[in-house]
Amino acid sequence: MSTVSRGFRGRRRPSAELPPGQYLVEDFPVLSAGPTPSIDPHDWEFTITNETGDQQRWDWDSFRALPSERVTVDLHCVTHWSKLATAWEGVSLDTLLEQVQTSAGFALAESYGGYTTNLPLEDLTDHKAWIAYRFDGQELAAEHGGPARLLVPHLYFWKSAKWVRGVRLLDQDEPGFWESLGYHNYGDPWQEQRFWGD
Amino acid sequence: MTSSNPRADGDALAGHVRDVFRVDVSTAMGRCTACGRTMAVTEMRVFDHAPGVVARCPACDQVLLRLVHGPGRNWLDLRGLTYLQLPVGDET
Repeated sequence: MSTVSRGFRGRRRPSAELPPGQYLVEDFPVLSAGPTPSIDPHDWEFTITNETGDQQRWDWDSFRALPSERVTVDLHCVTHWSKLATAWEGVSLDTLLEQVQTSAGFALAESYGGYTTNLPLEDLTDHKAWIAYRFDGQELAAEHGGPARLLVPHLYFWKSAKWVRGVRLLDQDEPGFWESLGYHNYGDPWQEQRFWGD
Repeated sequence: MTSSNPRADGDALAGHVRDVFRVDVSTAMGRCTACGRTMAVTEMRVFDHAPGVVARCPACDQVLLRLVHGPGRNWLDLRGLTYLQLPVGDET
């Protein structure tokens, strides 16, 4: 579950109930399919490219000037750990997509370092996803995806791409890095959609 | 009846594959499809604190191999390797 606030309204403790097959952790495990990229915010950019190739681009300063939100959400990793009530700050995908014309049904997030993950576009909208740049009151550490990562907490955490650099909007779904090698295309932790066929 | 058709059945293919993957790959060599570097498997950079195992080229970081263990199934992707050279024992 998630709570969203546009200001300081305090942090609501989410339910301690976990999705099936998950166990609770208090630390923040670091999982990665590659080396941690070192990204200077001055060189950082984020793009959204629609299905016709039109592109919106934000550099770090213009991105940080956008209205931000503070959210408290539970994280569920497909490797079975869950971490509850994590506090993030970032820009809602709703805010970013306001500047994009699209009728696409799918999205592919792309990261510095080459990682990709796919999801239906509707899972990025309606305050379900953010480009997060602060965690627990601090600038997001590189090992956790800083300077900015995708945060899609209602899906398994591999969908929350670290070091995100852009989103491509697509008419046809395109499996990402893990989705193309056995992991579930959607990844709902409450349905325990870990692998193909789950 | 004889046939020049070279195809064999799936069991034969499975046997070939099983034979290959029983080989200890720790002494195998591979070539990166991106930069062309030839390296021993032991030289590859391996990231296994992840949903799967990812081996990368030590020279250019290209993904060489991905392996996912699922319940009752494994998935293997070798698309980052031009080839994998597997030593076999001398049968003399």
